[in-house]
Formats: sequence, C-alpha cells, structure tokens
Amino acid sequence: MFGLNKKDTSLLLIVAALVALAPIILNPFPEGSGMAQFNAGYPDLMQRFVIFGIFAIGFNILFGLTGYLSFGHAAFLGAGSYAGMWMMKLLSINVIPAIVFSVIIAGLISLAIGWISLRRSGIYFSILTLAFAQMAFALAASVLTPITGGETGLQTNLNDPRILPGFLGGGSSVDGNIPKPSLFGIEMTSSFEVPVAGWLWTFNWGYYICGIVMLIAFYIAIRIFRSPFGLMLKAVKSNQQRLNYTGLNTRPYMLACFVISGMYAGLAGGLMAAMDPQVGAERMQWTASGEVVLMTILGGVGTLIGPVLGAGLIKYFENIFSKINDNLLHQWFAFLPDGLEDLMVTIIHPFIGKGWHLTLGLMFMAIVIFLPGGLVEGGQRLRKMFGRKSEERAPKTTPAE
Amino acid sequence: MGILEVKDVGKRFGGLQALGNVNLDVAENTVHAIIGPNGAGKSTLLNCLVGKLIPDTGSVMFDGQSVLGRTPYQINQMGISRVFQTPEIFGDLNVLENMMIPIFAKRDGAFRLHAIENMMDEKDIVEAAEKMLVDMNMADKRYMHAAAMSRGDKRRLEIGMCLAQEPRLLLLDEPTAGMARADTNNTIDLLKQIKDERDITIAIIEHDMHVVFSLAERITVLAQGTPLVEDTPDNIKGHPKVREAYLGEAA
Ligand SMILES: Nc1ncnc2c1ncn2[C@@H]1O[C@H](COP(=O)(O)OP(=O)(O)O)[C@@H](O)[C@H]1O
Ligand SMILES: [Mg+2]
Repeated sequence: MFGLNKKDTSLLLIVAALVALAPIILNPFPEGSGMAQFNAGYPDLMQRFVIFGIFAIGFNILFGLTGYLSFGHAAFLGAGSYAGMWMMKLLSINVIPAIVFSVIIAGLISLAIGWISLRRSGIYFSILTLAFAQMAFALAASVLTPITGGETGLQTNLNDPRILPGFLGGGSSVDGNIPKPSLFGIEMTSSFEVPVAGWLWTFNWGYYICGIVMLIAFYIAIRIFRSPFGLMLKAVKSNQQRLNYTGLNTRPYMLACFVISGMYAGLAGGLMAAMDPQVGAERMQWTASGEVVLMTILGGVGTLIGPVLGAGLIKYFENIFSKINDNLLHQWFAFLPDGLEDLMVTIIHPFIGKGWHLTLGLMFMAIVIFLPGGLVEGGQRLRKMFGRKSEERAPKTTPAE
Repeated sequence: MGILEVKDVGKRFGGLQALGNVNLDVAENTVHAIIGPNGAGKSTLLNCLVGKLIPDTGSVMFDGQSVLGRTPYQINQMGISRVFQTPEIFGDLNVLENMMIPIFAKRDGAFRLHAIENMMDEKDIVEAAEKMLVDMNMADKRYMHAAAMSRGDKRRLEIGMCLAQEPRLLLLDEPTAGMARADTNNTIDLLKQIKDERDITIAIIEHDMHVVFSLAERITVLAQGTPLVEDTPDNIKGHPKVREAYLGEAA
C-alpha cells in the first residue's frame, strides 16, 4: 500500500493508529488517582512528542543513513520557528503559510551551511556544524535583533499587519485580542474533552494537525530509506572510497541529504511556532542540537521508528520526571517506617525533579553500552526471546542449515 | 595506439622518486600485467591512472582523452573501473545492493535525486544485478551481509561490481595479495573466464609474477619506479634483468 512493502505499510499503520489514539493511550491512569501525574495525554506534551519526532526523523535521515553527525540541527529548528513567526505576524495567522515558509527558510540555510560543512567529514564536519549553529544562536540573540527580537524573542502582537483577508487568517486583532494560530478558523488550542468514567481524554486540534504532519514526514522518510537515493546514502556511510571509484559523486548526495534533513528540522520549528506563537534564541542553542542526537541514539540510529520513540522518551522524562518532588516521594514511601522513608527519599531525590537529567544520562549510558541499537534493538531482542520460546515449543519441520 | 597511454609519468614523494619516467601502452582487448618487487611504484602508477594521485610530470590518456585533473568518479564514468588491493565493498549492505550501486551509477550518472521510488521497483537494475551475481557464481549469497563474506568472496563481489559497469578498462591492484592458495586460484580462474568471455581490457598489477604468467598477454616489469622491460610472458620469464630485480629484492 502507498508504494510500500508489507512490513513498512504495517509499521506506518501502527504509527498512525498510535498517533490517532495517543490521547487515550497516554492517559492510562484515572483523573485524580495518585498515578495521574504520569499521564502524558495532554495536548502540550503530545504536540511536543510529535514535533520532536519530526525533528528526530529528519536528523536520522542524515545521521542514520550517512553517518554524518551534525551538532547544529537546532539552528534549522530555530530558523524554522522564526520564519513561521514572521508569516504569522506579516501575512496571516493561518498556520499553513507559516509551516511552508519555515521549511523553505530552513532549507535555504541548511543549503548554505551544508555547502561549507560538507567539505569535511567525521569530527571536523561535526565541529563545523556546531560552530555554525553557535554562530546562528549568537546572531539571533544580538545582531539580528530586528529580525529575531533578540533576547526577548518574537511574539504575535496586536499591531502586526497580517495583510491577508480575514477569512484567510489576516487581520491584526480579533475582537480586540491577538488572534490565535489557526487553520481556516480552527484554533490550534481548541480541544474537546471527553470524560469517560474516571478518565479524561482531551482531543486537541493542534495535536492532530502536528500528528498528521508527522505521519506524512514519517511516510516520506520511509520512501527515502527504500529509494535508490537512500541506498547511495547508506553507501556513503559504508564505504565512501568505493562509492567514488564506482562513478558516483558523493557531494551532491550529501548536500541533498543535509538539506532534506534541515527542512525536517525547519518543519518541526514551524510547527512549534504554530502551536505556541513565541520563539527565543535559546531554541538554537547547542543543548537543543545535542538533544536530537540523544533522541536518535536512544531510539535507534538508522532505524525508521527509533527516532520517534527516542523523542517521546526524552520529552516524557523532561516533562514528567521533572515534576516529581519530595512531597510526592514521601507519599509513595509513607508505608515504610519513618527512618526508612526518609532514607529512600534522600536516595531517590537526586534523580527526580531538577535531577531528571541525571536519570536520563544514566539511562542513556546504559542503552549505549548494553543496547547500542537503542530501544528498537531492545524491542527486537524481546521479540527474539519470545520467538525462540515459541519455536522450542513448536516441532521443527525443517532442519537448520 | 593503445586504449591507455602513459607518457613520461613521474611522481615524487618528498625526497623519494616513486615513479621515474614511466611509459606504458595498453592495447585494447588485451590483458596487460605490470609486475615488480615491493615498493617498485606499482600502486603509485595505478593511483595516477584513476585520479587518486596527480603525477608531477607526463600525461595519461584514456581513449584519446586526458584523465589528469579529473576526480575518481569522473574517471570511472569515462569507463575505467578499479579493484583495490584489499577488497573495497559496501560492507554494511547486502550483496545484491552492492551489485546494484554500480549499475545505478552506469545508468544514472554521477548523481540523480531519485528519492521516492522504491529501489527494488527498478526492474532493469535488479535484473542486471541478479544476472551479474549468477555470472559471479554468488546468486545464493544475494541477501548476505557483504562484510560477513570470506576474503575470496569479497574479491569476487568487487570484481563483479566493476564488471557490472561494463567498463572499457579494468584495473586490478594485486587482486590476490594476502589470499589463501585456493582463493588465489579461484580469482585467477575468474579473471581468465572474464578475459575469454568479454570484450574488455585488463591491466593487472601483481607482485607475484607466477600469478600473471598464465593470464597476461604482455608484461611490463617495473623496478624502482621505471619500467625495465616489456614483453610477452615467455620472454619475460628468463629475462636476466627481471631475475636481477626480483633477486635483488630477495637479498
Ligand atoms: N603517499 C605516499 N607518500 C609517501 N611515499 C609513498 C606514498 N605512496 C607510496 N610511497 C612510496 O613510494 C614507493 C612506491 O610505493 P608503491 O607504489 O606502493 O609500491 P608497490 O605498490 O609497487 O609495492 C614506496 O617506497 C612507498 O613507500
Ligand atoms: Mg602496492
């Protein structure tokens, strides 16, 4: 289906189902229960899951296929956000021009940065991309203030022109308020809530628009992975010398790949601006570039679904683990004798709240050491374990070769 | 007039004159061997032919066009394919994918952005790759991880990948170096078969002269960066200068 083989089609359908049902699946605990704060099914966080999923899918097209490790992808994310913001300030509050323009701008910037950075490979390439991203960050925070709003960043304002006619999302204000990003009148923030027994499910327009965009991005990534172009990119990673002596010019292949990857980052940035119309220079900081590297490695470099899983895991930790505090720990361990309770809380304290980075770091190390293929390899190993068990039970019909 | 003409080529590495004044003429549809002791400059010469090195002096003409100043992929697109001293293949890919890449390069040129089609839907490419795998006697290994194969099979795959491009000139740099006896014999037999079955010019570089005696129609002996003699294998065998060059190395 869709020009994909059976395996890829079922993967795409599974991901589509998960995206569609996420508001339900991610809210397994009833409202008001002690575990409710582990629920992730609220619009803000779900939007972040899919947006960073797009970011990581695009990053993986570069890193996973060619092995070129960019440390500057946040620059494209940020550029996409700024570009999207300007569309929503100048043209229309409709998210479509914002998203399209963010992809175009990120593509142009990645073309320029890739043009230069791809003169080198390995660590030198990584350092060049990092240098460019840091330059972009510094420029956005200072010299480029007229475009980026400097340290205060960009927001939508009451006096923005928004020149398109009203039905296309134009107009400076709506009923005296700043208009909210919308798609032909449907506001990104609008949701409908469905209470079922003790549960509360929130179906949010913004989330579903991001989700659909992610599915399209995911589908395109699958096509790229299976295409002759994708084959050449894998060949770059495997043996660049052989590729050159086979009559193929690696440079345009790498540049095209870098630009595609940058456009994915721009798309993610544009969606971020469309969901929450404000952007600051910190979105371009190197920590953000590093984060997408972690997501991809955690999930599984070079796999299709890995980056999405990695993005989800990190965003979940960032938003959920960081909210656990000592009071809550005391509640959990209240069943223990007082001394023991305090001891447990003291031991766990560094790993929660602001310490979630520590937990994440330890988990990252464990995965890199024990599961170099990331979560996807973990899944495959589990599958094999169960597969082997069922094989043992079944009588062998054909002797092993 | 040969298909490959090397005139007065010299190459210096710092204080070392790796190639002195090399003249070489490879006639079309022949097998021409270049032999010489270790350090004679054989690999350096080959690297000058494929764009990896640019000689300091002289000219290299392929089919009437200069190859100097062109990059390896451009030279390959002119019709020269190269086999490396240690097999260079795409280890992370399977054997069939390895075989498809040179065929794509032949059909689509040095770059083409075909990013949406499925590569397995490119029927002509897949068929040509499958056929070459049959010719190379490795059709049963088509889904094998290329890195997992034996040295001999990697060499066989690499030669197949070069042949799949239907090059006019095939260059081989010590294709049997470091191989076990059986693998060496296999490779020699494969090359003989290729020579018999295809219209192709082969230039083969070899350290071990016995390997090429049964294969080559002409042999050039290189020592210390200059050609000593060029003749038929039978005449080379007993040539005093050749013995001297090889004995000098043994001593
Ligand atoms: N890139 C290089 N830099 C410096 N010296 C080199 C380089 N390549 C080869 N040489 C030297 O040139 C001489 C010829 O080397 P080579 O062509 O590899 O010989 P062969 O392949 O006949 O064994 C050797 O003395 C070698 O050390
Ligand atoms: Mg050599």
